[in-house]
Amino acid sequence: MTMNYFDHDLTSLHQQLVNKETTATELVQATLDNIKATDDQLNAFITTNPESALEAAKALDKAGQFDNALAGIPLGLKDNMATKGIQTSAASRILKDFKPVYTATAVDKLNAAGAISVGKANMDEFAMGGSTETSYYKTTTNAWDHTKVPGGSSGGSAAAVAGGQVPFALGSDTGGSIRQPAAFNGIVGMKPTYGRVSRWGLFAMASSLDQIGPFTRTVKDNALVLNTISGHDQRDSTSATREVPDFTSKLTGDVKGLRIAVPKEYFGEGIDERVSVTVRAAIAQLEALGATVDEVSLPHTKYGVAAYYIIMSSEASSNLQRYDGVKYGFRADDVKNLEDLYVKTRSEGFGDEVKRRIMLGTFSLSAGAYDAFFKKAAKIRTLIIEDFNKVFEDYDVIVGPTAPTVAYGIGEEIDDPTAMYLADVLTIPVNLAGLPGMSVNAGFVDNLPVGLQIIGKPFDESTVYQTGYAFEQASRLFEKKPDIAKEY
Amino acid sequence: MSNFETTIGLEVHVEMKTNSKLLSPSPVHFGSEPNENANAIDFGYPGVLPVANKGAIEFGMRVAMALHADITPFIRWDRKNYFYPDNPKAYQTTQSQTPIGTNGYIDITLDDGTVKRIGITEMHVEEDAGKNTHGTDGYSYVDLNRQGTPLIEIVSEPDLSSPEEAKAYLEQLRKVVQFTGVSDVKMQEGQMRADVNVSLRPYGSDTYGTKVEMKNINSFNYVYNALAFEEKRQARVLMSGGTIRQETRRYDEPTKSTILMRVKEGADDYRYFPEPDLAPIAISQDWIAEVAQSLPESANDRRQRYVSELGIEQYDADVLTQTMEMADFYDQAVTSGGEPKRVANYLIGDVNAYLNKNQVELPDTQLTPEHLAGMVKLIEDGTISTKQAKKVFEAIMVGEDPAEYAHQHGLVQLSDPAQLTPIINEILDNNPQSIEDFKGGKDRAVGFLIGQIMKATKGQANPGVVNKILMQALNER
Amino acid sequence: MKEKITREEVAHVAGLAKLSFNDEQLDHFTTQLSDILNIFDTLATVNTENVEPTYSVTENVNILREDVADNWQQKQELLKNAPLEAAGLIKVPAILDEGEN
Repeated sequence: MTMNYFDHDLTSLHQQLVNKETTATELVQATLDNIKATDDQLNAFITTNPESALEAAKALDKAGQFDNALAGIPLGLKDNMATKGIQTSAASRILKDFKPVYTATAVDKLNAAGAISVGKANMDEFAMGGSTETSYYKTTTNAWDHTKVPGGSSGGSAAAVAGGQVPFALGSDTGGSIRQPAAFNGIVGMKPTYGRVSRWGLFAMASSLDQIGPFTRTVKDNALVLNTISGHDQRDSTSATREVPDFTSKLTGDVKGLRIAVPKEYFGEGIDERVSVTVRAAIAQLEALGATVDEVSLPHTKYGVAAYYIIMSSEASSNLQRYDGVKYGFRADDVKNLEDLYVKTRSEGFGDEVKRRIMLGTFSLSAGAYDAFFKKAAKIRTLIIEDFNKVFEDYDVIVGPTAPTVAYGIGEEIDDPTAMYLADVLTIPVNLAGLPGMSVNAGFVDNLPVGLQIIGKPFDESTVYQTGYAFEQASRLFEKKPDIAKEY
Repeated sequence: MSNFETTIGLEVHVEMKTNSKLLSPSPVHFGSEPNENANAIDFGYPGVLPVANKGAIEFGMRVAMALHADITPFIRWDRKNYFYPDNPKAYQTTQSQTPIGTNGYIDITLDDGTVKRIGITEMHVEEDAGKNTHGTDGYSYVDLNRQGTPLIEIVSEPDLSSPEEAKAYLEQLRKVVQFTGVSDVKMQEGQMRADVNVSLRPYGSDTYGTKVEMKNINSFNYVYNALAFEEKRQARVLMSGGTIRQETRRYDEPTKSTILMRVKEGADDYRYFPEPDLAPIAISQDWIAEVAQSLPESANDRRQRYVSELGIEQYDADVLTQTMEMADFYDQAVTSGGEPKRVANYLIGDVNAYLNKNQVELPDTQLTPEHLAGMVKLIEDGTISTKQAKKVFEAIMVGEDPAEYAHQHGLVQLSDPAQLTPIINEILDNNPQSIEDFKGGKDRAVGFLIGQIMKATKGQANPGVVNKILMQALNER
Repeated sequence: MKEKITREEVAHVAGLAKLSFNDEQLDHFTTQLSDILNIFDTLATVNTENVEPTYSVTENVNILREDVADNWQQKQELLKNAPLEAAGLIKVPAILDEGEN
């Protein structure tokens, strides 16, 4: 038995569970069957955990408690979130067979709500990449066209949701890793404000930029998941102490009087013209719904990529030093001494993209380079934040494209890191400033989805959801299904 | 050697006696089974995050205050990156850019009695590393129990100019830190360790010579010996026209010499940068005032109080404030009613002699301040004589209650005139010659009579009372 | 155009990062890193005088833990993940250098 998640959102699944039209066990089994039926095409999951998932489902069915909106609902997790006793590899060889001794807070919260994780989704190794091609384990495909990349780094999570395997999934976003794959797969992906969701248990790439967020097929589903995973965590001293509002509270479809800013830099050089047109049409639709739309300038946008790659790689170079073959994970064979152990383990355990970033970061922090690179980038970061602050004095949200292009062919870009890095230009500034940013489907080019990015003020995810919901309800684009939907 | 001037700088690491580690809640405890006190955070697991221990920050503030330093109002943590098996994250969390305290000092007294002020550049709160044990089997073994123990690192100015000064500085620093209550500073458990930098330059030169570094020395004598050796070695090299290389050396106790570990080629590149996983710390004046309240009285303040309020001699007050254990013990004994001067005399005399003889520390004995005070009270109120007290002292050193012990062993003075008068009269009756002598002005006779009385009472008669009754009886005859 | 980073510098950085590359890889990385550093060049053109660096966007201050010990009792689980373990200790090839602190 499989389950068609294209026609059932989280609210409908919840109703079915409450009304006893289905059970958690049925949903979990169906989800596992979904994955079995389609993962040879999608390659979205590195690991599934059928036994523990079914066991959790049975316990839940026995208790019969489905009060929580997510109780009994299956999901997928990006493989960089710690799950106790279940392999968590960050798609790296260096963590092959590694089983965490604890569970990430965001996952704990989902567990406490009764949601049931069925597996760990593929990703770029240590979340480094924009196509999920740097995974040590497999290459995930785009839900709309299996010759195209799903985007990345959370490509497995995005493809699993877009391909109908799971009703929702969690990803992480350091420079666009939720929003860009959401855009490439035509679904909803939210990167919350920095600090909104605890990072405890998220295998760090860049600590000052990383955030966990949900992938869903609809905006309302997304808000429901974020409601569950948000909040201060005593184990993460950078997690926000602010109260968590009900993120569904502004989902009225109404955007009358909403002040929308459109940065001219987001439609500049390097942006595919057809993507521009599609996004402009979406913005026009929001205007037609009663929002006001003005063009604004975020003048430091063009420096974002450089600043980001320096800061991200610097932090990552330090965060990834712990993978040294001493305490856990992969240890190289035939080592002569300690130095040899370090060098061999890391050289054999990491892939090229990870090494490239470790090298960049180590260089940026090294004596003689620190001021011109790391510190300079941190100052540019301040200027980028100030750009946003200025616009947000007069506007409620900023909108534009999520990615410069639609999904490209597998293998097309992987050998050109510079081009890959530049493609992050539209998503990176949001991470540097710590803002909430979401991608919703804006339409299609050549039958491939285009993302509309909606950026909010710090901790104002509600207005981002309000905007996305109004557009989604007006456009009804989520009703369009990829061919893979026929498998269910 | 007289051609050169020695410059010494010390970086001292002191382990704090907090309940839990700096960045994880694992217990801080010496002597547990390997890796017993280490959790996923201490192991540097993927995805773990640090949360800083408020107690360690406040201990850092205490030390900064005791060293007269300025407390930094806004602190960001930094990472110091290097690979080593006892450093599981491959970075140490420290405070390189914003140390908790800056610009402090400590006064040391030199052998000739002059006081020299040694500047303290800064102090950082940071985490200790685990421990590697080097096997003989081609492997090393890692225990992460110590990993994350809060340290306060105290960096001196290069103000020290001899091994003697360095040792005096370390002794004084140990004392100041101990009196903050932040650490027991047990050297043998590695709770205080010094990194030593030493260089020589010709007298009159205004640039420092190339410095040699020695890390992790955990004995003051070793520091002294290492510096004394280095002074000679470097002078010899320089005098023979050689140059000192920037190198790391190790002190070797059996040969009392230093041994080359490695030559440094340029500075190590630790790639310090701000720690993004920890929230910054803002230290308000209110918080400083609150911590100042909790700061125990310093050795200096105690010494002055002993002299001015308790009438203790300056030298004795000095001895009593050598260690916090001694000073705390003294204060408690006095609070328990022990006469201050007599308690001081016992601590400085008999107790210290006992400790030296048995090679133990005060806390290792069974002696309590209450028992010492109790014994002193028995002496003061005439219940026991100072001679009897010697036996009682032995007893209280092994945990006996002084009053009970004296009672059970008949160690009480005869002070009751009703009991003493018949004995005295009997002795006078038996010694008419002595009475004659006394009347004739020979005072020696009194001494003889007292001796007789003591003999008759087996030494238990209270001399004061005996004297009084005897004089009265003699005058009456 | 002059290479942004020399082969020797790349080798030095690899040493700091405990990575090793063969000759061919070293050439490849030198070219790639130089290309990437070219993108970073644009930063030098931005006037950042009087601009404070931003190292984190957290608004949190003084998020501290009370000094209460809590032993998570994870020793056995943690050691199970160690590639080599003996008598409760993590086993590594002999250390030749002296480390830090």
